[in-house]
Amino acid sequence: MSGKYKNVAYYPGCALEGTGHAYNRSTKELGKALGLKLTELKNWNCCGAMEVKNIDPKLQTYLSARNLSIAEDMGFDTVMAPCNGCYHNLKKAEYDLKHDQASREVNRRLASKAGHTTYEAGKVETIHALDWIKDAIGEEGLKARVKNSLSGLKVANYYGCMYTRPRHIFPEKDQGPGTESTSKPHFMDDLLAAAGAENVDYPLKTACCGGAHTLSDSDTSTKLVLNLLTTAEACGADVIATECPTCHTGLEMHQVRAEKVFGRKTTVKILYFTQLLGMALGLSPRKVGVHENFSDSSDLLRAKGLG
Amino acid sequence: MAISRTIDEITARLDQMIAASDAELLAAAPERANELLALGEAILEIWLSAHGQTPTARTVEGFRLLALHRQGARGEPSFNACRETCRELVYHHNLVRLDPASPDTARRLRLGVMVARHLALFIGGKLEVAGLGEFCCSSRPLRQREATAQATETV
Repeated sequence: MSGKYKNVAYYPGCALEGTGHAYNRSTKELGKALGLKLTELKNWNCCGAMEVKNIDPKLQTYLSARNLSIAEDMGFDTVMAPCNGCYHNLKKAEYDLKHDQASREVNRRLASKAGHTTYEAGKVETIHALDWIKDAIGEEGLKARVKNSLSGLKVANYYGCMYTRPRHIFPEKDQGPGTESTSKPHFMDDLLAAAGAENVDYPLKTACCGGAHTLSDSDTSTKLVLNLLTTAEACGADVIATECPTCHTGLEMHQVRAEKVFGRKTTVKILYFTQLLGMALGLSPRKVGVHENFSDSSDLLRAKGLG
Repeated sequence: MAISRTIDEITARLDQMIAASDAELLAAAPERANELLALGEAILEIWLSAHGQTPTARTVEGFRLLALHRQGARGEPSFNACRETCRELVYHHNLVRLDPASPDTARRLRLGVMVARHLALFIGGKLEVAGLGEFCCSSRPLRQREATAQATETV
């Protein structure tokens, strides 16, 4: 824990203004409760997600680089992106600009056409919400602030596929003790354990949720999600903790669809890790947006003394 | 153990293993663990064969499953989305093989089956949409060759 992330730029991205609104709300409230300052990027744009990336990857690099240039112009050297897709794309842009001359050239030309500062690799560091809490507060800092321990809550930590892949765009990971692992990520496990939760050993923590498949082949998405849910239940989890709005929404929606289409009911709850940490710090479920989740966890939270 | 089956047949076998009683699983736990690994290999072989490749007989870290994954991921970054699923399958196989008498063996086998089922669903899904586009968000652009040729600055 270095504490260098106590005051960072905040890039919510499109999902957190829509289906992932509860993640946006809980992230901001968690930051406030921990005394961390988040300053939202002014006039931010889409990271290029997969739509642009699939058509013209260099344009996606530019779109993400523009957000990094805004952070730089606002005087920040760190931008925090809670969405796995945004986090991944900003990291990828950083990597491309560092290693690919053609990407640098396209970025320079488009930035010049658009009339803003050309972002150059190395000026702004992109971090995830997990890095943010882990570094700015750390496990000991969290333990000291816990008011409602998550004790008795069994959690399967689900990171999804983009938080750790591809390895080469995350050079800070896999650097030994204290750093995140790309093969067995643990930052969310560490933070929730510090808040009192009992983490179960979940073998599908980085497995695909079928997110990109949702529209083209919903049944496959539903089956993938159903397998994630039933595996979490087989591990004894009460809750699946998420840190990606796409995964979270997919798990919630396909949990319902699995029951409707395949007649398979699962009862495991789905909550953002920021919601769980917020409640551990004494924030109300409403304050962290639990009422905005599709998955109704009110009974469980009440039973565990959190609601 | 060579297995030549379709994804649906493999999934059906996995469902059968999930439905088995603890006593049935424990009766031949090491063999079931080997079977799981073989089913995982068979799933990856289907993917490789569908792409005109000859599945490798080599091993990585002592396991053919990991070598097959590496072969499948070559030139296909989205395939890495099942990298850890393969490693988890190996891990559960090892847990059972190293200590078949453990009181956790039936549970470990069941979790191993669920991991294998995820691999089957993932690969099955990828095969199904192969004509439509890439499956994974972190994948290469759709139809990369055309995209590279036609890449334009659209603003």
